[in-house]
Amino acid sequence: MSERITRDEVIHVARLARLDLSDAEIDEFAHQMSDILDHAADIEALDVGDIEPTSHPLPMVNVFRADERRPSLDRDEVLGVAPAEQDGQFRVPPILGEER
Amino acid sequence: MSARSIAADVASGARSAASVLDEHLARVREREEEIHAFNLVTEEKARSQADAVDAAVAAGDPVGPLAGVPLALKDNMCTRGIPTTCSSKILEGWRPPYDATVVSRLADAGAVFVGKTNLDEFAMGSSTENSAFGPTRNPLDTGRVPGGSSGGSAAAVAANFAPLAIGSDTGGSIRQPAAFCGIVGMKPTYGAVSRYGLIAFGSSLDQFGPFATDVADAAALYDVIAGHDPLDSTSITDFTPNAVDHLSRGVQGLRVGVVRELSGGAGSVEGLSADVLARTNEAVEALAAAGAIVEEVSVPSATLGLSAYYIVAPAEASSNLARYDGVRYGLRVDAPTTGEMNTATRTAGFGAEVKRRIMLGTYALSAGYYDAFYGKALKVRTMMLRDFASVYENFDVLITPTAPTTAFPFGERSSDPMTMYVNDVCTIPSNLTGHPGISVPFGVGDDGLPVGVQVLAPALADGLTFQVAAVLEAAANAGGAT
Repeated sequence: MSERITRDEVIHVARLARLDLSDAEIDEFAHQMSDILDHAADIEALDVGDIEPTSHPLPMVNVFRADERRPSLDRDEVLGVAPAEQDGQFRVPPILGEER
Repeated sequence: MSARSIAADVASGARSAASVLDEHLARVREREEEIHAFNLVTEEKARSQADAVDAAVAAGDPVGPLAGVPLALKDNMCTRGIPTTCSSKILEGWRPPYDATVVSRLADAGAVFVGKTNLDEFAMGSSTENSAFGPTRNPLDTGRVPGGSSGGSAAAVAANFAPLAIGSDTGGSIRQPAAFCGIVGMKPTYGAVSRYGLIAFGSSLDQFGPFATDVADAAALYDVIAGHDPLDSTSITDFTPNAVDHLSRGVQGLRVGVVRELSGGAGSVEGLSADVLARTNEAVEALAAAGAIVEEVSVPSATLGLSAYYIVAPAEASSNLARYDGVRYGLRVDAPTTGEMNTATRTAGFGAEVKRRIMLGTYALSAGYYDAFYGKALKVRTMMLRDFASVYENFDVLITPTAPTTAFPFGERSSDPMTMYVNDVCTIPSNLTGHPGISVPFGVGDDGLPVGVQVLAPALADGLTFQVAAVLEAAANAGGAT
């Protein structure tokens, strides 16, 4: 049986998910994701017509609170567990790198 | 010794919390190397909590309902200043700057935290084999898995490292390990227990819940952790847990449905083993003997749960785990640009199963496939909610096995994701619907290992699951299970 998901699709999805996969992983995931989606063929084939989708098991309502000042997490404690910080902010490498 | 007798003895001054802790830590020292229930034993924290309880008792101050009771926390619960890893290299060494609401409530109730328990990485798995720090072994047979993902919490209770533990359940991760380790585990109604500080896997499915050696202890723990929390916007308002009140109500006249599709009846899912089905039938007979009205019932969409779950859960996971980007906490692998750093960090930090689910979820949510998979899965969720709602018009509770088999040997299912995923076939429906479910031990399988029977109830009827489980437990103890 031909695989439902190709190597190219796996490479594309990995880029979206910010994962760098080895050649072996690309083959493995193409095969395993195809298997899992084959199992999901039962719902893919289902005629669900105009049934409303449910994204949450309970009815969701917007939750408001009074607009009052209250303490937040301690800034030094939060920055203290960050990989890198500078001047009270999270520090990252250049965002706009060289064209590549 | 039960958690409730420990709490009573400590509160009355008959025993000190410090001596209770010593006894449990002695067992940890004896067997932990073999079992590996914990990612971290928090002895120092436990001693300070036990000493505080003892000081309060000595001073005649009021103590909480779990005073001096050792308790294990799954390592996906934020504990301020105490490493919290989710059994992932990407969070190794991270110390959260805040406590989960459940952790605060337990501390206020007088519990003594003995450690952070091992899990499948980010709670993705059914055997605890996916931990970046090595598997947990089943205390009843160390050649077998403890179940998962809360395998460390279940093993900690089964090995009597602590009489109580907290786990989280996204597709069965409390109930299945409880079944495999011969203890009680319960998944509350979605929104009954605060998720604040639960490191998210599938946000519309995740719930914290109790593990204990018996139903009464599980109910007492449930009553401490459940209830409204303004810090969780999905927390149910005006909900007062009263599980303990349900324990002695019995099942006289209660309408019990046996779900045909999940119990080996006509049109049932495959792979349910004969010994597990036999114990489930005996459990049903025990309820009938105790006065319940028992009938087989059909929930047609229950068989679609597995497919829907393995679209919805990875989709939510791929979104939730986007936050591990090496910027604010956890691992960072250096690279010349932020984009490359993000990718290098995630590639090095996540294990194979987590990558597989992120990939699957990203695919299911990507342009061109969203409607075919994710959109469909959400509609299946609606179908399941409707099917269960119509069944609950005629039934108070439903019965199924908790898991298709007893605890399986290491490596038996880890090579093929689909064979591992079918473990969750009986537990998944209540995560998709948000309904409560409990697993209670009922006899043993052909291999001598415990079988768990599952009691399901409609939303907010959490107390009812404990009520029925208490009757099953009494019947099993009286020899009603073979």
